[in-house]
Amino acid sequence: MTRSTGSGASVRSRARRSRALGRLVFLGPGLTYLIVLLLIPLALLISFTVFRRGRFGGIVYELTAENFTRLFDPLYLGVVIGSLRLAAIATLIALLVGYPTAYLIAQLPQKWKTIALVAIVLPFWTNFLVRIYAWIILLSGPGLVNSTLMDLGLIDKPLELLYNQGTIVTGLVYSYLPLMVLPLYAAIEKLDPQLREASANLGAGPVRTFASVTLPLTLPGVLTGCLFVFVPSFGNFIIPELLGGGRSIMVGNLIRDQFLKSRDWPFGSTLALALIAVLIVLLLAQAWSARRA
Amino acid sequence: MLKITGVSRRFGDVTALSDVSLEIRQGEFFALLGPSGCGKTTLLRILAGFESPDEGTVTLDGDDLLGQAAHRRPVNLMFQSYALFPHMTVAKNVAYGLERERLGRAEVRGRVDEVLQKVGLETMAGRRPHQLSGGQRQRVALARAIVKRPRLLLLDEPLSALDKKVRAEMQLELKRLQNEVGITFVVVTHDQEEAMSLADRIAVFNAGGVEQVDAPVELYEHPRTPFVAGFVGANNIFEGRACSAGLAGEELGILPGDSGLPDGTPALLAVRPERIRLDGEDKGVLGGEVVDVSFYGGISHVSVQVSGRRQPVLVATQGATQVQTGSKVALGWAEGDGVLIPQ
Ligand SMILES: Nc1ncnc2c1ncn2[C@@H]1O[C@H](COP(=O)(O)OP(=O)(O)O)[C@@H](O)[C@H]1O
Ligand SMILES: [Mg+2]
Repeated sequence: MTRSTGSGASVRSRARRSRALGRLVFLGPGLTYLIVLLLIPLALLISFTVFRRGRFGGIVYELTAENFTRLFDPLYLGVVIGSLRLAAIATLIALLVGYPTAYLIAQLPQKWKTIALVAIVLPFWTNFLVRIYAWIILLSGPGLVNSTLMDLGLIDKPLELLYNQGTIVTGLVYSYLPLMVLPLYAAIEKLDPQLREASANLGAGPVRTFASVTLPLTLPGVLTGCLFVFVPSFGNFIIPELLGGGRSIMVGNLIRDQFLKSRDWPFGSTLALALIAVLIVLLLAQAWSARRA
Repeated sequence: MLKITGVSRRFGDVTALSDVSLEIRQGEFFALLGPSGCGKTTLLRILAGFESPDEGTVTLDGDDLLGQAAHRRPVNLMFQSYALFPHMTVAKNVAYGLERERLGRAEVRGRVDEVLQKVGLETMAGRRPHQLSGGQRQRVALARAIVKRPRLLLLDEPLSALDKKVRAEMQLELKRLQNEVGITFVVVTHDQEEAMSLADRIAVFNAGGVEQVDAPVELYEHPRTPFVAGFVGANNIFEGRACSAGLAGEELGILPGDSGLPDGTPALLAVRPERIRLDGEDKGVLGGEVVDVSFYGGISHVSVQVSGRRQPVLVATQGATQVQTGSKVALGWAEGDGVLIPQ
């Protein structure tokens, strides 16, 4: 009885305060993480881009635009465009391989769907580096692929399978294919099978049905999958380092080298910023087209 | 025209269809009537080519239908869930089937406009399905199915999502359309009034099998199986054995009926509520006490408790009735109004 005499307004404001507190409890860890580990480093990185390099790393606080003009040096621009190309090829191959895979999984009976999806993500349970080293062992001169081909008498001397752009693409596709399959699967699984039947009923063969019903309706999944593969491929440096023979072929290696080898932090930051800018443009394009679909 | 012979389909241990045989005539409005889950959709899916039967054959004008791929069959299906393409406008949905036919663009436009007008959606051509009401979607689905002018049109519960008034309008519309375009219609429904009012003939389904195929009036007046007697319209059903005068009930005595069955056959006697007379207190076949009177406007329902029978007997009378709850009445009917059904 005594409690209920407290005015309605104060009870309500107490409720509002405790709700705000509740939100803070849930948001707090995530926000702290974002601010400390993402926003502050990002701000530092952006600020580095306008200063000169220090002699042995670090920066000298003298303003300059030189980092940005260097970005358009054909040497560096070539690396950025080359990375875009490799990442785009890897994404395209992952899409061409991933779409049929996701489609078939979506047609399986429920029990097998789960098993197939677990199999798709299974590689993530082992160490990334170990899996990449396994490719080196497979593709090296005396490796399994070459020795099998020679045993079969198909080739006389080992093929040069390692340390070229094809190897990098292979590694990228291999590593990020699951990230393509999962969103595609989600999109295809959601599609009402009766829509395909309706299309057939109206006289469209399998190819037409795919082109005018299945593909357009799973396009958001296609875009998401492409983004999930493209983003980590574009900035990757471990795969080109290990499978590409250590030359600075992709922008990720270039950035790493600026910081660790050339000790040019400002230019490394500028390259990193350029990479982020490209990805943001892609994300916006994806969001825009997903909303239209 | 369409000949279905001995079609069966099982899903695991569920028998969706068992030995179904039907013959549907050119230009006919044919209804498949039955409770939910009795295999109606499965039969349509077999005709459309999305499902194949375990046994049986289907021919359309003498040509084998089951051997043809779904997209080559001259059969269009209006889906129970409509299955409209969500990424296309109403006009695009309707044009979809025509675009597969190599028609000129102007002709496609013309036919789409014409059919949209027919279903009253000419102002909605530019909308997407999610911007339409349930009834409008249903009409788009119908338009999409008829625009191809198929030889055989299958409709799976085409009017189930509509409210009563729109539904009555659409029923008339369907009927008019069928007269106009001369397509053979096969309509699935679990609504018997709809089947009665629309169809030239009705096949009553139960648990995957065909119980009876007949014109609506025949079906109503002469049900041939216990299921049909109970399912189609309201009926008073009495159990007993056939005798020359009708049915000999165990506790109710001789009930008049139109018997063609050998004496002593276990049988049911079905009498429609509107065929039963409420007489004075002493003439009539059965006596009982009125337990409920409900007035429905055009007719009244009187429930009469008869001793020796668990369920009250239902009597329908024209207009309002004078009988009151609690009064004693006698019930009678003409011999021809009692239908005997072997059990
Ligand atoms: N693809 C399927 N897999 C398993 N069972 C099915 C399938 N399709 C239909 N059935 C079963 O077959 C029976 C008939 O279904 P259906 O033809 O949809 O009935 P109706 O349309 O008369 O309501 C139901 O018991 C249903 O559960
Ligand atoms: Mg159904």
